[in-house]
Amino acid sequence: MNVVTAIVRRILSILVTLLGVSVIIFVILRLLPGNAVSASMGVSEGLLSKAQVAALDQYYGIGRPVLEQYFSWLHALLNGNLGVSLSQQKSVSYLVGLDLPVTLELAFFSMVLGILIGVGFGMWSALHPGRWQDNIGQVVAVVGLAIPAFVLGQSLVVYMSTKFHYFPSSLTFVGFFSNPWLNFQQIIFPSIVLSLGIGAAILRTTRGAVLEVSGLNFARTALGKGVSRRAFVWRHLFLNSLTAVVTMSGIQLGYLLGGTVIIERIFVLPGMGNLLITAIKNQDYPLVQSATLVFAAGFVVVNMFVDLAYSLIDPRTRKRSA
Amino acid sequence: MSDITSDVTAGPSEEVVRHRSWFAALWRSGNGRTGIVIVAVTLFAGLLGIAGITPYAPDAQNPGAVLKGISLSHLMGTDQFGRDVFSGALQGLGVSLEIAFLSVLIAGVIGSVGGIVAGFLGKWTSAVIMRLTDMMFAIPTVLFALAVVTALGYGIVDSSIAIGVGWVPIYVRVVRSPVLALRESDFVRAGRVLGFSRMRLLWRHILPNVAGVIAVQTSLALAWAILAEAGLSFLGLGPPPPTLSLGDMVNNASSTAAVAWWTLVGPSLVIIIAVIGFNFLGDGLRDVSDPRTRTR
Repeated sequence: MNVVTAIVRRILSILVTLLGVSVIIFVILRLLPGNAVSASMGVSEGLLSKAQVAALDQYYGIGRPVLEQYFSWLHALLNGNLGVSLSQQKSVSYLVGLDLPVTLELAFFSMVLGILIGVGFGMWSALHPGRWQDNIGQVVAVVGLAIPAFVLGQSLVVYMSTKFHYFPSSLTFVGFFSNPWLNFQQIIFPSIVLSLGIGAAILRTTRGAVLEVSGLNFARTALGKGVSRRAFVWRHLFLNSLTAVVTMSGIQLGYLLGGTVIIERIFVLPGMGNLLITAIKNQDYPLVQSATLVFAAGFVVVNMFVDLAYSLIDPRTRKRSA
Repeated sequence: MSDITSDVTAGPSEEVVRHRSWFAALWRSGNGRTGIVIVAVTLFAGLLGIAGITPYAPDAQNPGAVLKGISLSHLMGTDQFGRDVFSGALQGLGVSLEIAFLSVLIAGVIGSVGGIVAGFLGKWTSAVIMRLTDMMFAIPTVLFALAVVTALGYGIVDSSIAIGVGWVPIYVRVVRSPVLALRESDFVRAGRVLGFSRMRLLWRHILPNVAGVIAVQTSLALAWAILAEAGLSFLGLGPPPPTLSLGDMVNNASSTAAVAWWTLVGPSLVIIIAVIGFNFLGDGLRDVSDPRTRTR
């Protein structure tokens, strides 16, 4: 019973958040001075047929009061209609359907690599505080945090293509299922670039959390009881640091989504980020509006899973919410 | 703890002493000193760039010195038009710092006021602000900036607003929680009993005690803003030419870096150094303002 109410409550709160997000995006793109959808439509109207213009007018409620405009957009959204891109004259859902898998794959690989780097070096550092292992960890953390992803990406692309004449991204991007090996080569380098920053942040969190836990009474008790080192490290130290690590990973996901935008541009990956930047440069408001919403929705949903993960990891939070 | 109580009685003369010891404490912490030095150098270099005091005019082309390597006369070499990379980087740093400071000013003022109000005022105001914050958090900051840039345009002020607004919710959260605790603390209650006005409580008693938290956040926000600005202009969404920021330079280097690595490394290094500096300063400020989180 309680579990059901908790889940329903969570879903409701997500819906409210998404509603708010749609309002914020609407306000930014429609109400800020400087530009208006109608103005940008005027520019590219020549490209569109009369029927398309009418459909866009209907979709965005051009010429109607602001509130009506918003609700007309919301109504269409709830019916699964993300609108029509002005510059590409295709439905936004179609474009997102093409590009979202690329971004998801990139985000997935980056996150996995980031967690491996972060937890690996973080544990290694924390288990040897003040020793050379710790110093290596600190160096990885500083380098990872200080070097912006686009500097690293740009350098990597230049270096690989000039020294090794190797730049898999110059070939047309292929999906995982049509050519897994080429797909892997195209995804792995941008993933490595993105994972370093994430890994550094997770490293610092892991190290701090493990060091804190290892100073607690129960840890000393466990050691005194003669628990094996392996069980002590993973069951006692790592599991008890996991909440902090998961929290940090969730936070990093936001940066990751922002990072994919730039990295996709550098590595010419046809993902959501590239779609968004192209849309911004073309003043393609419908596409920007809906693509941003898709990004935000993905972020909110993943955060929900992070929240759910807490109750799996930490029995204490389970009791509290029940 | 003694810090909090001393606030009530601190006179003007003690204030001066406190500020000096505060700086001394920052200087004594390893992170703080590194941060102060790097940030001071960065600010100085940026000011030189803004004032236009550079070895060469940043946009002066010199066909006789195209893609020259690093030398005493060209500290970071020259690009494909013979422009001095170091002079360009100084100017670019100036632009980046202008945008970073302006955006953090926007985020800091709105966010701190929001956080203090949400922590100090009644349930309703607090609930509304926190809900709004949650919603803004749902949009990753870079995307927020991209959306705002789409609507506003690419000028210096536009970029600053775009970068700053996304950081507002972070300030709100960070500032609100200590205010919640302070509101129930003895000296604030005492103030209330004495009949101090809300403004006086907020301004004289709450604000000084969250100043440390705000300072830490501001330093970290500056580091982030420099990165975000570089990212925006790297994507071609920063201030349009002839204003060249560091991100533009990194982007432009893509065509030359294969034969002249310094065109890429020069501006990149400047970004990295600036970001490291503000991060160290932030860590140092945290060490000083909150002994519990002192780095081991």
